[in-house]
Amino acid sequence: MTVRLGGGQGFYGDGHGPLPDLLADGIDYLVCEALAELTLAILQKDRQRDESLGYTRDLPLYLAQAAPYLADGRTRFITNAGGINPIAAGRAVVAAARQAGLTGLKVATVVGDDVRPQAQTLGLPPDALFANAYIGARPIVEALDRGATVVITGRVADASLFVAPLVHEFGWAWDDWDRLAAGVVVGHLLECSGQVTGGNYSGPWWENPDPLRVGFPIAEVEPDGSAVITKPVVSGGMVTFDTVREQLLYEVHDPVRYLNPDVVADFTSLSLVDDGGDRVTVSGTRGAAAPGQYKGLVCTPAGWAGEARLAYSWPDAEAKARAALRFVRERAVGAGVPVEEWHEEYFGAGAFGGPTVPDRHPGCEPPEVIGRLAWRTATPEAAGLVSREIGVLGLSGPPTIASTGRGRDGKPSQLLAVEPFYVDKAVVDAQVRVQVEEV
Amino acid sequence: MARIQLRDLCGARSGDKGDISDLSLFADDEAAYEAIVREVTAERVKAHFGELVRGEVERYEARNVLALKFVMHEALGGGAPRSLRSDNLGKTHGASLLRMEIDVPDEVAATARRRARPPRP
Repeated sequence: MTVRLGGGQGFYGDGHGPLPDLLADGIDYLVCEALAELTLAILQKDRQRDESLGYTRDLPLYLAQAAPYLADGRTRFITNAGGINPIAAGRAVVAAARQAGLTGLKVATVVGDDVRPQAQTLGLPPDALFANAYIGARPIVEALDRGATVVITGRVADASLFVAPLVHEFGWAWDDWDRLAAGVVVGHLLECSGQVTGGNYSGPWWENPDPLRVGFPIAEVEPDGSAVITKPVVSGGMVTFDTVREQLLYEVHDPVRYLNPDVVADFTSLSLVDDGGDRVTVSGTRGAAAPGQYKGLVCTPAGWAGEARLAYSWPDAEAKARAALRFVRERAVGAGVPVEEWHEEYFGAGAFGGPTVPDRHPGCEPPEVIGRLAWRTATPEAAGLVSREIGVLGLSGPPTIASTGRGRDGKPSQLLAVEPFYVDKAVVDAQVRVQVEEV
Repeated sequence: MARIQLRDLCGARSGDKGDISDLSLFADDEAAYEAIVREVTAERVKAHFGELVRGEVERYEARNVLALKFVMHEALGGGAPRSLRSDNLGKTHGASLLRMEIDVPDEVAATARRRARPPRP
């Protein structure tokens, strides 16, 4: 028996344009990973405005895409799009399912990753905006065992979304470390959608076939955990040894000990073989016993930010941009605005590379440079005060200023600090609940 | 020996976890891998990034996929939702590492596979 998993989403805001190809190719599970660290912070801002929000709001669109395949039983749908409000997300899914005319559909909601109620016991800051544990595959397996067609979770670890259907289908034991680790590898390879099928590829990206139709990834997984990584036949993009290994090591820190809630995976133990034809086989993964604690992420307010972008033309574009940013900074300081941090960047003159960019020589002058000044303040009011100093540059600053487009510099935005923490599994597991509702 | 820019020899991808920038560097054959293991040390990467990386740099080896992993602490201005940087996710750090120049055996430089460039716009 081979199980086909499809990676249908890599982040909140990922396009769902590639989903029709993915679903039509025939997948047993559509798995959508919606939560980066940054996403929880975005969802927290939503929930601050409206208690009924806090999940990724494009979730109903994903459900609508999958509806025909859910209806005929070909595909099941698993996602952590519930964010910091899986209950509300579950309601949205049920509404979308009814709208799509689905009946008899079992929708499961997993809650319990939110540990704010235990904040004090866990020594978490009292002003935590969210505090969630990265829980594992078990509650999703329970939901699938109970017949759920759709499973909505909150902060389940990315790869665990993919491990769960494999445990459900193959009956892997919770101490079968090698197979669980193999499942983590599969999940990790699929969780960033197009990043394994030719997206963000540092090799010859311009040779990507049909880049307008980059396919989302599919894993064909065997009971022993080995898998072929591929993509829908009709889609563009590419799956090669090189695209797969770039994703394999993405954001994993120590590749010998990739910590997951249900297993520690050794990514250096596996072998990748390019079979050609957009098929790469991954096998031989070794695992070790799971950590005794869950990792969590706690978020606290960290002030407010404002920013300005000022563009200048050759000649001496960088010098002009630097003079303009200095003007804003010194005017704001002179006016007594309490700015806690300044940050200057010069697009076209080393904004990203900083000291890694070699000295620029005469004759290599950029045709234009955009100066970006960002600042952090304790309050949104103070952040706004800095912006007041910008206008006068239009007629009274360095010459050849231009705008960077029609978008105006936005209002001050809230900054958030996220910090990892660790919590005993028993504390979290005691509050995890799986609720199954039939539409 | 020959001097080569990592751009011509390796691929790279980077991302974030909190205030940590996580960067992978990929070689295309054993000889190139041995060269980067020897030359692209954690100390050298730390020095290369200068003020962009305030904390320590750890290096890991993944020989099965001919890759080095660099975990760079205090490297994102406080972490994505807190950072004032436009590249608050460190996605460009891989490219910044590819600017580094290293000394490699002549045959490694001669067989470097990353010299192709996209067509001119």
